[in-house]
Amino acid sequence: MSAFLIRRLIQSLAVIAIMSFLVYALIGLMPGDPIDIMIASDPKLTPDDAARLRALYGLDLPIGERYWNWLTAALGGDLGFSRTHSRPVLQVMGPHLERTLLLMGISFVLSAAIAIPLGVWAAARPYSLHDYAINLFSFAGRSAPPFWLALILIFVFAVWLGWFPAGGLETIGKGGFWDRLQYLVLPVLSLTLLNVAGFTRFVRAETMAVMRQDFIRTARAKGVSERGVLTGHALRNAMIPIVTIIALDFGTLFSGALITETVFAYPGMGKMIYDSILANDFNLALVGLLFATFVTLAANIGADVAYAVLDPRIALT
Amino acid sequence: MRAHRRLRRTRASANLRGMIRTAIVLLTLLVLAVAPAQTQEKQRDGLTIGITQFPSTFNPMIDSMLAKSYILAMARRPFVTFDRDWKLVCLLCETLPTVENGGAQVVTFDTGELKGKQGLRITWRIREGAKWGDGRPVTVDDVVFAWRVGRHPQSGVAGREPFLRTVAIERIDERTFVQVLDKLRYDYNQLVPDPMPAHLETDAFREPKEYRQRTAYDRDPANPGLYYGPYRISRIVSGSHVELVPNETWWGEPPSFKRIVVRVIGNTAALEANLRAGGIDYAAGELGLSLDQATALQRRAANRYRFIFKAGLIYEHIDFNLDNPILKDRRVRRALAYGMDRKRMSAQLFRGLQPVADTNISPLDQVASKEVTTYPFDPKKAAALLDSAGWKRRGDGWRYNAKGERLSLSLMTTSGHRVREQVMEILQAYWRRIGIDIRLKTQPARVYFGRTVTQRQFPAMAMYAWISAPESNPRGTLHSSEIPTAKNNWSGQNFPGFRSPEMDRLIEQLEVTLKLKDRLPIWRRIQQIYAEELPVLPLYFRANPYVIPRWLAGIRPTGHQFSTTLWVEDWRAGADAKQR
Repeated sequence: MSAFLIRRLIQSLAVIAIMSFLVYALIGLMPGDPIDIMIASDPKLTPDDAARLRALYGLDLPIGERYWNWLTAALGGDLGFSRTHSRPVLQVMGPHLERTLLLMGISFVLSAAIAIPLGVWAAARPYSLHDYAINLFSFAGRSAPPFWLALILIFVFAVWLGWFPAGGLETIGKGGFWDRLQYLVLPVLSLTLLNVAGFTRFVRAETMAVMRQDFIRTARAKGVSERGVLTGHALRNAMIPIVTIIALDFGTLFSGALITETVFAYPGMGKMIYDSILANDFNLALVGLLFATFVTLAANIGADVAYAVLDPRIALT
Repeated sequence: MRAHRRLRRTRASANLRGMIRTAIVLLTLLVLAVAPAQTQEKQRDGLTIGITQFPSTFNPMIDSMLAKSYILAMARRPFVTFDRDWKLVCLLCETLPTVENGGAQVVTFDTGELKGKQGLRITWRIREGAKWGDGRPVTVDDVVFAWRVGRHPQSGVAGREPFLRTVAIERIDERTFVQVLDKLRYDYNQLVPDPMPAHLETDAFREPKEYRQRTAYDRDPANPGLYYGPYRISRIVSGSHVELVPNETWWGEPPSFKRIVVRVIGNTAALEANLRAGGIDYAAGELGLSLDQATALQRRAANRYRFIFKAGLIYEHIDFNLDNPILKDRRVRRALAYGMDRKRMSAQLFRGLQPVADTNISPLDQVASKEVTTYPFDPKKAAALLDSAGWKRRGDGWRYNAKGERLSLSLMTTSGHRVREQVMEILQAYWRRIGIDIRLKTQPARVYFGRTVTQRQFPAMAMYAWISAPESNPRGTLHSSEIPTAKNNWSGQNFPGFRSPEMDRLIEQLEVTLKLKDRLPIWRRIQQIYAEELPVLPLYFRANPYVIPRWLAGIRPTGHQFSTTLWVEDWRAGADAKQR
């Protein structure tokens, strides 16, 4: 097991190193730079100003040299300064990460808690009225554009009913746990509805596939209760692909949900990364994306370990 | 056996149903627990404004962003600004220095590098009682500090031109100084550096290269000593909102609201939803809803809001690439102008709220001239011009030249900009009627502005907008020295490639004509050339929609780049609030 973990860790570091260069190069190769953006918003900037600012921000250097400068500084613990926030990258990222983790974490747990029983329930009674209803919900959920769903939730729960705030972090000047919770309800609901739809379909399909296996028939023949068959045999076996899906989605816990964050004016990682790419804020975009990559890789290693726990036939070597 | 299995299945289903029911009950309880707080009556001693952009820095000198100007206008006051009637007025100074009133004097330098050249000496006096939020008076030292920061090449200040033009600041007393400009410029009294708190920022500037990373405006933005407006920033939540409270040391009329919150909602649909749900009170016209959204909202909620649509300085237009052999011919450019019905387009697309542009100068500007060639919709005139230019119509409806080449031009703009894409299609239809084949092409804004426009890579026509200022110097966009080329590293903004010796001469003359009455004829001729030569096809001036709750009074949109928040102390709330 430990040899496996060390090997995967080394592989992950190599992936991160390659990703750092690719991301840096891709952002750097996009047409335009931050100074072009400044010129667009301030026509009084002169060509001399533009040249001076490019030199000041190091944008006049070749992309390879810029990357090397960043890399050597990063290895020394300096991840750089965010141009669009005028603060060190880690200082900017910290609060965004915390908020995203809260939003996505709650939504993730709720999604799994709802989708797994719902999917198993549908699989237990395939082609019944319940199953059709759950399928309909899943298809509708998968088809609904996140942007549209978020706006509908705002109009229903914030504009018409007035139950929840339409967006933001907290009531300014009030704050506190309950207050923050109110602001989380709609974005969490929006994300959860979408995730539940996806997860449910997957759990249903996997459970149904397992339910057709010989060992299920054997378990039933042995007199195992239907609940025991579902939870002890079918679900456990169906969990392996489900864990894979959950592990792949785990990275989003830290990289955020761009559309939901934008519509609900929730300053999380998704919006931060998107804005930093658009504004050519190299340091922030790079660190944000690398962090998401790192978490996804770590979640994949975690999933591999989970396979071994769930299925004794799998050995990690 | 079958019945037994069914029973077991039913039990399992019942258990799962129980789990789901429990989850639903718990969620409902949670909803009910947190919901009631939203129904509370809104307090009117605070105001929440919604905007769509978060500033990258709060340092007034670094970077240039509308969102920052909007917020800082509540917490700082510039020496001068254009008021709501587009007149240059003093805010921090006591009297506006002009050549006419003797506050500005033309001088000839008798020493140094400038020996023999003409410049200006301008006397400024800081308003009595002006204080920073920590009680320290605003002094000449603060102006000198700002000038030093602005001049330094490594301080990160975006536009250094005004600071470089100032060659000296001579201190007369704590509140009075003379600014010396190195040359004559008609905008001489708009170039004074606004004060920066030397007592708080000097340390950060010791290493100029590090200044933009050490400035107190970003490290300690709630420090009252950074501000001297009616409000001061009390808290910033990055990416979310900025809170402002009244500044205790403000010398002017006390502001009405005990707290102003500027919330950032990047998406305009969400901004509208927040407005309707009460998450924000007011959507700022400067950075708020789109015109479409505002007009739709007006139909639904006219009883709740006042709607002000203020046309201003954002000038939508089409640049012609004058190196294109077809567009080199002025008759073709004019035919294109006569061949489109801008008035009808504005009426249909913008309910007539965005006025048709005849030149690049807004009709609200004091230098705008009506004595220019205009191009009302006249397809017959357009056809005649094309005929005379050698483009004859054939049976297939298109026009061809003597070589048999079809009159075909490309029109480009930014992708994802719905209104521009709509305008493009309408123009294509109009021009098809006069036999011109228009190929439409869109590009992402980054590519379009990062290379296509700035490096003049558009083959024929490029549609976009310019943001201008009152009596803005046209050198950058119309002087022949400002044509971007590979040789000058693509600097300059004369993207059409317009060359006119008369225009060059007029611009040079304009720049050194200090009295407005002497400049007006020059401005008139510049606009006449612009309209006659048509290096650019004017479309319309964009209007900003201000959606203001009926209980809020005092907001008067300016139409120029200086924010309404410069007069935030006039804003009042209450049922009896009346628009001033």
